[in-house]
Amino acid sequence: MSKPATGDKSATGKPDIRIQREDFDPAAEIERLTSGRRDIGAVVTFTGLCRDEDGRLAALELEHYPGMAEEEIARIAEEAMARWPLTGLTAIHRHGRIEPGDNIVLVVAASSHRQAAFEAASFVMDFLKTRAPFWKKEHPLDGSSGEWVEARSEDDSSAARWKG
Amino acid sequence: MKLVYFSWIREKLGLAEEEVTPPEHVGTVGELLDWLGSRSEAFEAVLEHDKVIRVAVDRVHVHDRATPIDGAQEIALFPPMTGG
Repeated sequence: MSKPATGDKSATGKPDIRIQREDFDPAAEIERLTSGRRDIGAVVTFTGLCRDEDGRLAALELEHYPGMAEEEIARIAEEAMARWPLTGLTAIHRHGRIEPGDNIVLVVAASSHRQAAFEAASFVMDFLKTRAPFWKKEHPLDGSSGEWVEARSEDDSSAARWKG
Repeated sequence: MKLVYFSWIREKLGLAEEEVTPPEHVGTVGELLDWLGSRSEAFEAVLEHDKVIRVAVDRVHVHDRATPIDGAQEIALFPPMTGG
């Protein structure tokens, strides 16, 4: 039996998917994908933050479907790994109460060249928005009972552009 | 089978999950929704938004209401997703 190469990361390992209540640190996540490697030429990170909607919002409540949220983002990430030559891919999505200015989602894509990293990060975000089971509810500052955020048709068209 | 509900569907039903045993003639996702609508007024009200209701069978999205539910352990109903 041949012995697999050991080490923290294989050249094209599995994507790292995390669903968590806690905040994340984009710099630490870049470091996790790149430390000790000399073959990576590009790292693209996308961070999605909670905005205050012109001062109207106290917080967002992010509900998710435990189990499926991880699995669905993993399916999207694995599609990205199959489609582009990535050396690493991380996706972290938070849930629970999130206030304006706080992080919601992080995607980090690493590759030898920038095009793959840019495209893969964009692909993962486009599909995460339309396929990952998360729902945002607004908590307005004025204390009124908030509404569930409506899905945007622009998000569907962003995802559709990757077809074919 | 277990049914799980999210977002405003959960709120309208006042229920996050329930265990159900559909009758034998209920074989597809569409038939399940019809049967659930016939069981309660709250569910009938949810079905007024039938077109936007998304369904996952055993934690995988299904896009066709004719998808069989035979052997399914967990079926989730939720509105279009708004994460990210």
